[in-house]
Order: sequence, then C-alpha cells, then structure tokens
Amino acid sequence: MSAASRWMYTAARQPTQGMSELAKTTWSGFLRSDGRKGVRNLVLVIYTVECAQHVAHAIAAGEDDVHVIGFPGCYDNAYAIRLMLALARHPNIGAVLAVGLGCEYTQPGKLAEVARSSGRPAESFYIQEKGGTRTSVATGKEIIRRIREQIQCETPRVPMTLADLTVGCECGGSDGTSGLAGNPAVGAFFDLLVDAGGRAVFEETVEMIGLRDYMLERAASPEAAEQLAAAYDKAERYCQSVRQYSVAPGNFAGGLTTIEEKSLGAFAKSGTRSIQGVIRVAELPRGPGLWILDSVPDEHFMQFGYTNPNDTEGIMDLISAGSQIVLFVTGRGSVIGSPIAPLIKITGNSATFSRMQEDMDFNAGRVLTGELSLEQAGRELAELVVGVASGGKSKPEGLGHREYFIMYKHQDTPSLAAGCRA
Amino acid sequence: MPRCFQVNAQDNVATMLEDGAGMVDVLGQGPGRIELAEQIALGHKVALRDIRSGEPILKFGVAIGRATHDIRAGQWVHLHNCSSNFDERSQSLDVHSGATTDTRYE
Repeated sequence: MSAASRWMYTAARQPTQGMSELAKTTWSGFLRSDGRKGVRNLVLVIYTVECAQHVAHAIAAGEDDVHVIGFPGCYDNAYAIRLMLALARHPNIGAVLAVGLGCEYTQPGKLAEVARSSGRPAESFYIQEKGGTRTSVATGKEIIRRIREQIQCETPRVPMTLADLTVGCECGGSDGTSGLAGNPAVGAFFDLLVDAGGRAVFEETVEMIGLRDYMLERAASPEAAEQLAAAYDKAERYCQSVRQYSVAPGNFAGGLTTIEEKSLGAFAKSGTRSIQGVIRVAELPRGPGLWILDSVPDEHFMQFGYTNPNDTEGIMDLISAGSQIVLFVTGRGSVIGSPIAPLIKITGNSATFSRMQEDMDFNAGRVLTGELSLEQAGRELAELVVGVASGGKSKPEGLGHREYFIMYKHQDTPSLAAGCRA
Repeated sequence: MPRCFQVNAQDNVATMLEDGAGMVDVLGQGPGRIELAEQIALGHKVALRDIRSGEPILKFGVAIGRATHDIRAGQWVHLHNCSSNFDERSQSLDVHSGATTDTRYE
C-alpha cells in the first residue's frame, strides 16, 4: 500500500456500528420496468437541436417536476444520442417529451420510441408541424399535463435502501481544502455506500495524471487493472497531445501548484475500496461497488477542449451512468445544479461554506478544524444523501438550478473514416 | 495561532488552513510548529524542511512535482519554485493569481 492510500485508509477502516443501521434505512422510491428505482418521478423534455431550445424551456417553465435537456447540433452524433437515451431511461425519469424543429438530423420520434419501449409514457412532435412558438408551447404543456398525471397515478412505489443507489461524484473549483477535506469526506461516504451494496461512480481520468501505479493498486481484478491502465494511458496521451491539463487559474490561486497535486486530491473522493472497472459515458456499472467513468474521447477524435469542457458536462456523464444523486465537491464555491438527479454540494473550505451557505449542502471543512473525523463526515454525508433520496431538496434543487451540457463527442468509434455519425 | 496540515509523515510540505505569517501549528502528523518565512495564504503550501533544487515535493506521501530552486523551511512552495513533471505551461502562470501570461489578447 502506498503512503497516500495509508492516509486515505484511515478515513474509513471498517463499516462503523452506526452504519449497519444506516444500511437498513428505507425510504419510498419509484419502480421502473427494468427494475431500477428512482428517487424522483420527473417528466423530461428533450430538444433535438438548438432551434427548439426556447420552446422546450417554455414548455417546462412553471411546471413542477419537468426538467429539460437537449443537444444543440443540427448534425447528429452517436455519442450524444446514447447520452440522451440514457437520460430518457434514467430511473428518476417517469415520462418523456421530445421536441424538434423539423429540419435537424436527430429524430425526436425515435427518442420517444426508445423511451416508450422502456415502459415510459413518451411523446414527440416537430415545431414546424404544429405551427409557431405559442402553438408548440401550448401543445407541449397539454402533453406534459397528460403524461405527468399518468406517471403520478401509475408509477409503483417501492422501498429503497442504499443498496439501490448509484451515487456519482465530481469535483470542480478545487482549492487546497478539496483534497484534504471535501474529497476525502466523499471517499469516506463512498466506502460506506460500497459496503452497503450500492454503486459509487467517479470520473475525470484526466485528473488522475501522475497516479498510474497508485490507481492500479486499487484494481479489484486483473481485468479491472487492464481497463484502468488503458483509461489512464489514454488520458495521459490526451493531455500530452493537446498540451492541456485539467487545472485552471482558480486552482493555482487556491494553492494547488501542479496537476499531480490536484490529481491526488481529486482521487481522494474514491475512498479506499477496490475499483471494479471502467465504464464509458451512457453505460451503467456492471455490478455493485466502486467504478471509474471514462469520458475521454477516442484517440483518433481527440481535439482540444474535448474532454472536460466544464463541470456540468461531467455531471451529465455521471447521471448517464444511472446516478440517482450526484455529489459535487467545490473548495472555491459554485452555484451550479443539475437536471434529472439532485446535486449535493460539498465544500472543504469553511469560509466558502459560510459565504455561500445558500448554495452549499455540506461543510467538510469541519474535518480540518478537528470538529469532525473523516469517518463522522462520511456518516453525516450518508444521512444527507438518504434525506435527499427520501425527497428532501438539495440546495441547488431548491434554488431551481438545472444546468446541463451535451456536446459532440466520439467514444467507441471504429475509425476516422466512419465520420462524425459514428 | 494559524494552522497548517501535513497529510503524510513523508511530506516535505504542509497546507495552510488559514492565511498566516510568523509561527504556525503543524497538524496532521502529531503536533509541531514552523516559522513562516513569508505570508502564506489559505490552501497554499509551506516547506516543512529545506528542499534542494531538483528534489521531489511530497504531499500525500507522493511526488506532486519537483523543486526548481532551493527552498528553505518556512518558505511558500508554489509555481515560482515547484514544477509539475507533466504540465509545463503552469510554470508560466502568474504566481499569485494563476492567470495566464502567454496568451495574446491583441
């Protein structure tokens, strides 16, 4: 075991006594036909080109539990379609309305068809066929009213425990406290979640630069080690090829000096349990336990700015992996939220917490003042997650934050010759 | 008294838990104290011992980069005296704000 893992290991050695009770805690969720369980029962409006964006948002405006995502490009993209279909069939989504303009490549009718075949009420229309803005918005609102009523009446309620949860974690706006308190607190919670039979997903392989050997030590199997090595090597080649590393001016101003330092701090969110393997965007973990999500594009499609353009993009990736709840660790503070899955915001910086309390859910800075052990922080975070899963609103959710970002990207494509449709 | 945090016993740097100058408590690996050679801000690192140019900077017990100058105990460790082994561009950033200095705006 490396020196670094010894530090993180002290975070959560064994399942604590209180944890066995927490693992038994149940709340009422929403059962989907594939057996997955949601912590929300939402209607998702999807637009298939930027031109339909205003109408999609106008349809959702003022409606409870109606969220919006969309893809801006007119030309379609296999990655973006997989991502939108994963979100349309997310366990927190009960029904879908897809809205297109009418000239674009991506077909709203096809998105609705796949959502319907997953047992969800789903409809679609083209704005050009309905009339103009007002007619389309009225049509959309009428559909929303109908499908929302249907899922409110028909969705079976079912008991849930931590074992039914997939929780993602992302960090952004990191400072010197993120690696010392914010991310280790999530690591302590991830250990509890994994021990309870749940799924924990973290990403940002471009923020694992310099940690190759340290990561491979954590592989659950030779297959997992092979997947981790391949994902790491691709991320390092990517960073070298574009001469861009996932570290920003604010990180340096906050005291982080190198990408390696940021990587170690970011990796602390993984806790101490074995890593089961690597999944791609829009793929679900292949079993319980801890997983890494690889969002780096295929090498033959690597271009500058492709991998982690902003925090919201990474959060969407984690939601596409089935996360019903996402944790976001920010030392310097952030005011983003997410559609579909509630975002819980954690900071390791007590000054940030008190300055931005209206946006921050959890102050892990108490670990640094000795008020709280990492073990206690993990447990408190588990209680917070259970509270949000039971229907309590996270801070960004209560404030109405539903930022999303879906871009052109290429993963698992055969060759450059297959073009951007692959 | 301001405090800093040493993650691992091998570490030759500690992270400031608040802005500080003068004597600071070193937490994390048993009690200790160090006198800062300069003002160091929250989240930034202080050298816990003398570090020679070329030596690894250790945090979490792992090399986070290497010293580009001799560093004395108590001095601020950042872009001006520590370099990544991967990311060369970070050496050109403003040491206080992290702002780029190599991008032309006009």
